[in-house]
Amino acid sequence: MFRRKRKPSDFTSEIDAHLQLEIERLQEQGLSEEQARATARRSFGNLLQAEEHFYESHRWLGWDHFWQDARYALRMLRNAPGFTAMAILTIALGIGATTAIFSVVDATLLHPLPYPQPEQLVSIRDDFTGVGAQDVGMSQPEWQDLQHSGIFEYVSPTWFDENNLTGLSQPARVRLLIVAPNYFALLGVKPQSGRAFNPEDHSPGLIPEALISDGLWKRAFGSDPHILDHSMRLDTDLYRIVGVMPPGFDAPGRTAEERNVEVWAATSFYGPPMSDHPPRNPRNLPTAIARLKPGLTVAAAQSRVDALVNSLQKQFPGDYPLQSAWTVRLLPLKQRVVGNVRGSLFLLLGAVGLVLLIGCVNIANLQLARASARGREMALRQALGAARTRLSRQLLTESLILSLLGGIAGIAILFCTRNFLLQLVPESLPRLNDISISWSVLVFALGASVLSGVVFGLAPAWHAGRLDLTHMLKVQGRGSTGSGEQARTRRVLVITEFALSLVLMTAATLLLRSFWDLLNVPLGFNPQNVMAVRTRLPDPNDPKADLYGTPAREAPFLREVLRRGRTLPGVEEVALGDTASIPLDESLRNLKLISEGQFLFTLEGDIRNDEPPVAERSSVTPEYFHLLGIPLLRGRLFNGSDNDAAPQVAVINEAFARTFWPDQNALGKRFKRNRPSAPWITVVGVIANARTESLAQSSVPKIYLDLFQTGGKRLAVFLRGHLDTAAIPGEVREQVQSVDPTLPVSGGQTLIETLSASLAERRFSMEMVGLFALTALLLAGLGIYGVISYIVTARTHEIGIRIALGAERSRILQMVLRQGLGLAIAGAAVGLVGAVIVSHLMAGLLYGVRPTDPLTFAGVTILLIGVALLACYLPARRTLRVDPLIALRHE
Amino acid sequence: MSTQESSERLELLQGTLDLLILRTLIFGSQHGQGIARAIQQTSEEELLVEHGALYPALQRLEERGWISAKWGVSSNNRKARFYALTAAGRKQLVKETNKWKRLTGAIARILGPEKA
Repeated sequence: MFRRKRKPSDFTSEIDAHLQLEIERLQEQGLSEEQARATARRSFGNLLQAEEHFYESHRWLGWDHFWQDARYALRMLRNAPGFTAMAILTIALGIGATTAIFSVVDATLLHPLPYPQPEQLVSIRDDFTGVGAQDVGMSQPEWQDLQHSGIFEYVSPTWFDENNLTGLSQPARVRLLIVAPNYFALLGVKPQSGRAFNPEDHSPGLIPEALISDGLWKRAFGSDPHILDHSMRLDTDLYRIVGVMPPGFDAPGRTAEERNVEVWAATSFYGPPMSDHPPRNPRNLPTAIARLKPGLTVAAAQSRVDALVNSLQKQFPGDYPLQSAWTVRLLPLKQRVVGNVRGSLFLLLGAVGLVLLIGCVNIANLQLARASARGREMALRQALGAARTRLSRQLLTESLILSLLGGIAGIAILFCTRNFLLQLVPESLPRLNDISISWSVLVFALGASVLSGVVFGLAPAWHAGRLDLTHMLKVQGRGSTGSGEQARTRRVLVITEFALSLVLMTAATLLLRSFWDLLNVPLGFNPQNVMAVRTRLPDPNDPKADLYGTPAREAPFLREVLRRGRTLPGVEEVALGDTASIPLDESLRNLKLISEGQFLFTLEGDIRNDEPPVAERSSVTPEYFHLLGIPLLRGRLFNGSDNDAAPQVAVINEAFARTFWPDQNALGKRFKRNRPSAPWITVVGVIANARTESLAQSSVPKIYLDLFQTGGKRLAVFLRGHLDTAAIPGEVREQVQSVDPTLPVSGGQTLIETLSASLAERRFSMEMVGLFALTALLLAGLGIYGVISYIVTARTHEIGIRIALGAERSRILQMVLRQGLGLAIAGAAVGLVGAVIVSHLMAGLLYGVRPTDPLTFAGVTILLIGVALLACYLPARRTLRVDPLIALRHE
Repeated sequence: MSTQESSERLELLQGTLDLLILRTLIFGSQHGQGIARAIQQTSEEELLVEHGALYPALQRLEERGWISAKWGVSSNNRKARFYALTAAGRKQLVKETNKWKRLTGAIARILGPEKA
């Protein structure tokens, strides 16, 4: 129960009042004032005692004691600089690392998205669960259905695109997001200058207005204060700049590419260049976000959307075949943004937490050792009348002060190294810019420090309260061997350390093996000495203005780039493809770019197949396959006669052939895209599988079309040879721009770099967990070293006697080692159980190894026991040098 | 009379002071000096209450919730802290009184019949 404390002054004035009343009474009885005062005092008794009694009963003392303890603790810590430095350093590293990871978790997972009422924001995803096709996008009529359903305040499709910004000194590729006019009203964000789109503007076609990001304003327009008077040309179309978004505003997206939008354009998704009456199929709006009506939960909205989907399916049975099972799923927007990093982040937080815990256990161990050395001091103080609880409390105070000092040091280290640390974080992490040492992070650090102090202070404090007074005082000399109970606690602590380290080591090894396996997976293509440089052809809204509108009009450009590419120094082979053909390129994957990504198709003939008719697709020139070293298995590759006029042909990979035409010859088979009036495409060749889409998947069905037949706007120039990687991007730019000076040229990555970037997140988790595991191993080694050293020192006397009586030194060494080994094995046994649990929890992050990989478990256990033996051997060796004469005098 | 005779008075048995305070307060709220006076007078000056010991006892009773306190003005216009019995205090008084009666009864039986 909480009661307001009474102030000491209140108590004193009550006593004054009492004395006054008594004096008056006595005066009434005829005493002089002086006599009365003396009598009243006397009958009151010991005034000071009464006040002290009040003081103690009111816990003011508690505070006094704390200060006493704190001052004493600081003195003690100063007197043991080695121990203090070691403990503070351990805690500083532990708290620093834990806080660093927490700051990332805080920014990405705990903080709401930086928009007003973020809980009302959802992402909309359409699936054809019946055919296993996910994230198939929506169509303009469906968007309108949702917008008018009464479930949402606003719904806006988002259509990621790139455009060529011309009219500057150098044409630039800008990341463009095409949205509904209500987009900014939906997010609830206002531009820093100018205005947003008018949410009620439903004019056909693209609205000739654009908002630009703060970054583009600064970079491309030199922070021009009169920017709102300007227009800009995107893909030759003119847009008026109506607003500049504030700095730090990111579009809600999963990848850096998706978030760093530079230009927003708006449309109601009908009218030129789109269809005047958009059909329900094909579905060409890739994704959508929405704001729920106030007061509506996601679950409630979902059930209303389900009902709407049901009635639409009945209304338009032709567009929504029952077997495809169209579903519309609402997902909290935040979940979409941070969903795929959650697992890794929690893994890291868990790992770093374990390291902190192991550090705490280590310090507890050190403190116990010190406590037994201080046993006599404690016993003496107790003999002089100190309460046991008081001693315990004093030790706990010492621990708390240690951990707080460590925590402060940790924060200081973190603060000094924060810029360096941020560079380690992969760029793909959502909300990277929000990571900071905020108040909540500081509170976390403080809490973690206090908690650590309690964790490593409890064992010594508990033992201090249970000292055997007479025994302690009887023991002569400097220290004592400590009680048996204390030794037992120390052994339990070491076992704990080993168990925790084993868990961490196992996790790290599994991640390392996954990473290693991925690195060494046979790629099926040769990335050595290959560079990809990107360019992009304009895609104006008016098809008549499009210089590259048809494959036939694009072909001369493609041929010219190929020809010029071959003349560059060191270049042996050149090929062209759309950006989807860049192997393992993560930057634009998942973006659902127009005409890229998944390809829904129909196979010719009545083929019953359970597989969803979905495949990855890219367009390439014939040289592509040889350049990447992907072998042809059957049929032929593209050749010069596959042009705009000839029937469309395709080269497919082995996985496609196996999946869709099992036990049949795929050559000559036909399929077509799920679009009205799409032409039939004939399979002319089958190539070997290559891991061009995902390192982790060996056989993704893939279709290659001839770039000369399909055309393509986002292009990659592939070059193989002994290339000067620094010079090639500039040289390619020169060649491309000498064909068309309005084209932007960017990129210029070797395929090895692309491959390595695709592993960035995995590498980050692996390196971090690995680092933590090594720290844990080191700490556990130090822990067991400390315990064995202590045992050896404490038993020097006994060992001396044994040697004097003729014991072999090697047997004594064995005896000590066996003790250490016992601890390590016990720790490993407990740790293995924990490791099995943890490895199953992280199964989703693994590749190629099973969570219960016996080799990993055995290897880690052996390593840990090896470290334990080494850590035991060093102090145990000292027993070999024990001189029985000295040992017997040792006391 | 004077306090000189105090050495001849009875010292309080341990634990009885609480009971006496509660009992005194049954007639209404009173300040510390008043309580001390009342105990002494009611016991016909037989019991010695060391005033200094009274306050820690009052403090204790207040913390246990058996009495409550507030500042007020005494009959001769002095500011003083007045104590009053709470409901819990009343219950406690009944309990303690019964206990005390059983105890004194038992002791009386052992010590034998009273001499007239």
